[in-house]
Amino acid sequence: MNPLVLWFHKLGSPPYFYRFAGRFLPWLYAIALVSGAIGLYGGLVVAPADYQQGDSFRMIYVHVPCAWMSLFVYAFMAANAFVALVWRIKLSETLAMASAPVGAAFTFITLVTGSLWGKPMWGTWWTWDARLTSELVLLFLYLGVIGLYHAIEDVRQAARAAAFLALIGVVNLPIVHYSVVWWNTLHQGQTVSLMGQSKISQSMLWPLLTMAFATHVYFFASLLARARAALLALESGKDWVRAIALAQPTREASAHG
Amino acid sequence: MAEFFHMGGYGAYVWAAYAVFVVVLLADALAPLWQRRGTLRDIAARLRRESKRKTTP
Repeated sequence: MNPLVLWFHKLGSPPYFYRFAGRFLPWLYAIALVSGAIGLYGGLVVAPADYQQGDSFRMIYVHVPCAWMSLFVYAFMAANAFVALVWRIKLSETLAMASAPVGAAFTFITLVTGSLWGKPMWGTWWTWDARLTSELVLLFLYLGVIGLYHAIEDVRQAARAAAFLALIGVVNLPIVHYSVVWWNTLHQGQTVSLMGQSKISQSMLWPLLTMAFATHVYFFASLLARARAALLALESGKDWVRAIALAQPTREASAHG
Repeated sequence: MAEFFHMGGYGAYVWAAYAVFVVVLLADALAPLWQRRGTLRDIAARLRRESKRKTTP
């Protein structure tokens, strides 16, 4: 077999994934923290104030990366949900369910920071603008997936039901993305573009891209940490989990010597 | 320095936004840590109970 395919098969085994993720986690957290610090410094200190919005525009350095992540995490969750439903791979179920809380956190930050920007700039905390409403629907989709997963007792059945809901919710992703194009409402259009020319000065752009990088790395760190914790609970009867649980220093053991 | 915290009059909004970002992600980072520790503690306790049941007739 192709060595890459072989490695992929090995990664699907929970004990191997647990060890593999454990080795990478500290590095991912460190990279996210350092690049996040650089990005925030760039956004808060180095970048000049906007000629129209003054210093209030600095909120984009948390708002925009989190908004991008809210869509990216959903796409990642849906892709894993698809794999979980079609090929019934246990690890994909775990990864899909582990990404939901992180995605919900990013969506929540997006809505709150957007609201904090909207008050001084638009004069209102909230408006039923197409972008805002579809982003709120995205948050409810995340919460629905999390809720459904916890509502069903059988964990694997719960994961399949929640994965199905996650897949249906994919229709909301293009709505969020194109809402500023399709409906001409309050939220401004796209400033940064992957393909074309970005409508932002270089000194303002680099901290934004650094923050985007940091949040992506952070997502994978949080995802791996959550997947590890979920795998321990899921495989609690297996020998490899017992070995880890028994190797763990317990409070009672240290108290009684 | 005071000018930096003032943020041209938008200080309250800007710092609130950054605080939300940091607090929510910090909570998100700690959650799996607690979950993993709790799960391992539960499993270890169950294993100790089981081994005790086996040794005492």
